[in-house]
Amino acid sequence: MTAPGWIAVGLLGGVAAAARFLIDAEIAARVETPFPLGILAINLSGAFALGLVAGASLHGQVLVIVAGGGIGSFTTFSTWILDSHRLREAGLGRAAWLNVGFSLVAGFLAVSLGHWLGGIL
Amino acid sequence: MRSLSRDPRKLAAIYAGGVLGALIRVGLAQAASTGPGQWPWATFAVNMAGALLLGYFFALFRDHPPEKLHHPLLGVGLCGTLTTFSTMQLELYEMVDGGRLGLAAGYAAVTIAAGYLFLRLGIALEARRGAFLGKYADKAPRDGPL
Repeated sequence: MTAPGWIAVGLLGGVAAAARFLIDAEIAARVETPFPLGILAINLSGAFALGLVAGASLHGQVLVIVAGGGIGSFTTFSTWILDSHRLREAGLGRAAWLNVGFSLVAGFLAVSLGHWLGGIL
Repeated sequence: MRSLSRDPRKLAAIYAGGVLGALIRVGLAQAASTGPGQWPWATFAVNMAGALLLGYFFALFRDHPPEKLHHPLLGVGLCGTLTTFSTMQLELYEMVDGGRLGLAAGYAAVTIAAGYLFLRLGIALEARRGAFLGKYADKAPRDGPL
């Protein structure tokens, strides 16, 4: 990685974090539910996008910048787990398990679909 | 809601946390890259560290008014960006694609279970810190430091 490559990773990481926050807030404002739909949508779309760039055999510094700096920053593990914990805390244990299980399975399907599409593009 | 989410100070704080989180995660991934047949230590480490820190920050900033910038900077920005869902999924895909089903199942289960435990540990550490500070504040005038 070159110095401009690292700068790109940092800048893109900041943009991805802000985008995650804005999209999550926008979805929360439109849909009245305790279920963390915003983070689910972000994580699934990010998994699909990462499968796509990996399947399209993007490589080298460009892959690190796009996949690590952009897509990897956009999606989040910690907020996913915290949201699940908060559902459980609110007495919505089944929704908490659903958030964990559905994200895991659907995320795997999303990355697989992206990888397949990236391969034939 | 709308005006708060568009607060430029808040977005700047999230951006700054995101820059730092992305650099740490990608830096660690570059320093400790692993193949599809191996346990992805770099991703695992940032996800566990981020869950621990987010648990701590969540408990610490829980009662903060929404205009405060601590949670946007450290929670949404730093922890949200330090950890990653998509990279974990791509690693799972590559394990399954390479026929390493046991590794994939173990990686998914351990990441989620340990991530939850680290989150709870972060929350518990903040509560202990709060209890310690409370006790210290009560006793300090009479007994001096513990």
